[in-house]
Amino acid sequence: MEVVQSHRKSSSNNVIVSILPLYRSAPPLEVRLEDFEFFAIDRLRVLKGISDGLCRGKKPEEMEKLVLDLWKANMRHPQAVEEVNKDIISHFVLRLVYCRTEELRKWFLSMETTLFRHRFRWESSEAQRALMSEFKLPYKAVSNAEFESLKDKLGQVARSMGQTLAAADAIFYKVPFEEVPDLVAGRRVFIHKGHAYVAINQVVSLVVTQFRSYLSKALILTNRKWTSTIREQEKDRLTPIVEALCTSYLGPDYSQQQEFGEISIKDIDQVAKTSFPLCMRHLLEKVKEDHHLKHGGRMQLGLFLKGVGLKLDDALAFWKAEFAPKVSAERFDKEYAYNIRHNYGREGKRTDYTPYSCQKIISVTPGIGDHHGCPYRHFSEENLRAALVRMGVSSRAVEDVMDKVHNRHYQLACTLTFEAVHGSSCDAGINHPNQYFIDSQRVLQSKNGSVA
Amino acid sequence: MTKEQADNGRDDMVIDGPGQANDVPDEFNANYLRIYYGKLFPHADMFKWMSYGNDGKHPGCDKSYFGRREFSFTLENDIYIRFQSFNSVTELENSIKEKCPFKIDIGPVYSVDPAKRHAYAQSGDNVFTPVERELVFDIDISDYDDVRYCCTGADVCLECWPLMTIAIKVIDTSLRDDFGFNHILWVYSGRRGVHCWVCDGKARRLTNEQRAAIADYFHVYKGNENGHKKISLPGLVLYPFLARSYTEVLKGFFEAKLLPNQNLLASEERYEKILEMIPDASVASELRRRWQENKRASMSKDDINIVRWEQLKSILQSGKQKMQGLRRCVEEIVFSYTYPRLDMEVSKHMNHLLKAPFCVHPKTGRVCVPIDPNNCDEFDPTTVPTLPQLLEELNREGPRQDAENEWDRTSLGESVTFFRTSFLQPLLKSCKEEIENSYNAKLQQSKNALSW
Repeated sequence: MEVVQSHRKSSSNNVIVSILPLYRSAPPLEVRLEDFEFFAIDRLRVLKGISDGLCRGKKPEEMEKLVLDLWKANMRHPQAVEEVNKDIISHFVLRLVYCRTEELRKWFLSMETTLFRHRFRWESSEAQRALMSEFKLPYKAVSNAEFESLKDKLGQVARSMGQTLAAADAIFYKVPFEEVPDLVAGRRVFIHKGHAYVAINQVVSLVVTQFRSYLSKALILTNRKWTSTIREQEKDRLTPIVEALCTSYLGPDYSQQQEFGEISIKDIDQVAKTSFPLCMRHLLEKVKEDHHLKHGGRMQLGLFLKGVGLKLDDALAFWKAEFAPKVSAERFDKEYAYNIRHNYGREGKRTDYTPYSCQKIISVTPGIGDHHGCPYRHFSEENLRAALVRMGVSSRAVEDVMDKVHNRHYQLACTLTFEAVHGSSCDAGINHPNQYFIDSQRVLQSKNGSVA
Repeated sequence: MTKEQADNGRDDMVIDGPGQANDVPDEFNANYLRIYYGKLFPHADMFKWMSYGNDGKHPGCDKSYFGRREFSFTLENDIYIRFQSFNSVTELENSIKEKCPFKIDIGPVYSVDPAKRHAYAQSGDNVFTPVERELVFDIDISDYDDVRYCCTGADVCLECWPLMTIAIKVIDTSLRDDFGFNHILWVYSGRRGVHCWVCDGKARRLTNEQRAAIADYFHVYKGNENGHKKISLPGLVLYPFLARSYTEVLKGFFEAKLLPNQNLLASEERYEKILEMIPDASVASELRRRWQENKRASMSKDDINIVRWEQLKSILQSGKQKMQGLRRCVEEIVFSYTYPRLDMEVSKHMNHLLKAPFCVHPKTGRVCVPIDPNNCDEFDPTTVPTLPQLLEELNREGPRQDAENEWDRTSLGESVTFFRTSFLQPLLKSCKEEIENSYNAKLQQSKNALSW
């Protein structure tokens, strides 16, 4: 890691006018093996930083600044040519790293797309137009007559976002709504009869859609190449680096509990009290209270329990017993057992599913009747305070936790809760409910050890 | 089924049934279902629909299209068989008649025949993947339990069903006017809600991301069990779709129907839920004071709900209340109580299964008939034909020579005719055009490629 430090140059004042690469083809450059790795690690820092930011629910303006800072800190080089090379090389290395499973591809695609979106916005308008033409976007600006007829609606959309419609010469592009899903999802664009009217300052969405679909296809191709040739050819050189790089972000896989062995049904209540994070305690309380949980809750709690060490047979018995007052054994076997076996990789695709990370839990949108999600993000303040008190968090600490919540640092809020409950620090922070569990068990064991 | 139940059923039939000529108990059972699938279920129409014109003779037809569609059956004993596929209308019909499924679900069209998916699984790549799927929506009345006092859970009556009717109006209008879709089928789900199938070619080929964007566009109600603010409408004005929904559908329905019918402001317990939604405590307590005082002073003939609603509106919308948040509050209350609540997950993913139209709901015995969105006010879930009723109608006239259109002499006739003339025929017409156009375009392309 120190080597990487020496590589990082402080960004100088001379602003680099760089053309944002579209990464159409792998660079015909000679790359030193160490650069191969260091460049990738630097880019990974950027992507990981973006991922953390998204996960904390940062607002667009905050993301804008965050991405710029990350890029400056990790990727800038005083010489434009070097920066472009590093950009391209690191991107292609990470493509190899993140092409190998659906999960990895999805993460990489989403982070690279976010990065691209922001970098596009930093470009001058000439550079933006150049990029647009490189994508060969076939869209024409809306004619004056059409603009006049839609002016009221376009103005209404602008005002609904707290903006005002630009002057009469405002340029809008008329595109199929499918091309700008992010604008449609946020109701940030007027749509009529299948066409979205995209304002000039929103064209980034169009370009990003193109970038994303191109990269998505490219990742599938890379994966094919990787499995068919590269992995074998490079088994002494690149393959070990590539394989190591991906775990350097992903962290441990919590699908199988090793350190603390198995737990049985009768232990669940006890360990829940001492070592479950709030999201899981809440789900457990609800299933005991309602004798039911909706799908999202069953997945979140079920996979967590698997990671904690609950074996399949015990998991089936656990859910069956909890649901029993409402769901007959027969109905349970028919409607619910399949999904539980599925989670343990015994049905369907036969993948051993991994427990959800904090990032995933924070990003869901629980609906009516749902109890899953991250309490720090999804509870009302009142409910959260009450839940923290029930966990035994002191009123002082509750204020600290709420402070993090107000700033949307949900994982930090959970970390503070951990520290308050356990009376010991958690320097790494909480990134995963199963990590919370393991760290908690470690703390408890060392306490017991010192007493004995 | 015990004897007693059977007798009760017969009594019910005598009361409700249109005629008492035949001895058909008012119960759902497998034997009736078998007759229904044998004589009434429109197999050929379902096949025509799911073929989207590819069963024709045109060289542009994709012969494998129907055979790549997943059907899944739930049998009498809750055995669930997924990934079934059929190569012709006869195969489909024979299988349905033979297995007599209590429920038929329709899944996506896959890249390869879903029944043979394992044969493709070894290659490692994701060859088996959904490629087309109608854009679907699922709305359940059980998600409205916090705004209706007449029924809970799966129960529905004529007091609360209009919530479904306005959901149809709001979504249908937007799908047509905003998104430009034309081939939309609304279906009664047989018990507690409605399903929507958007079948335009464009809709069937949407990616998951684009589906999610449309679902989010419609997603206004954001309640979960532990948060509290359910709807928040920021911005200076409402987005055009929301404004239109409000003025054309929601406001009128809320004031004329929901408010008086559900007595939303008549008792303290109920009006407190509305007062809770007013962000300004002094305004809320002013209203509370007035309403507590005039509890006894009955406003003669004026409905108390309406009187109080007018008071609430005048205080919130009076010139004195300059605060933006309060102005929008009336709209937020109306949206909270009336705006459609979609099951988001169903719409977001291509591989979600949805119950086929014309199935019979095993709990109610009612057929999942299409609903005409242009006359959805007239739709009455309590008069939808039931299985026993249909069989009785069949029996009444005795067997006939031509067994083709048996439904003509039952109350299902109207539904099948509506399905054909209002949905299937226009759909197939545009499918035919689409197939021809894309075939001609391909021909043109290959010609151009030859003539340099």
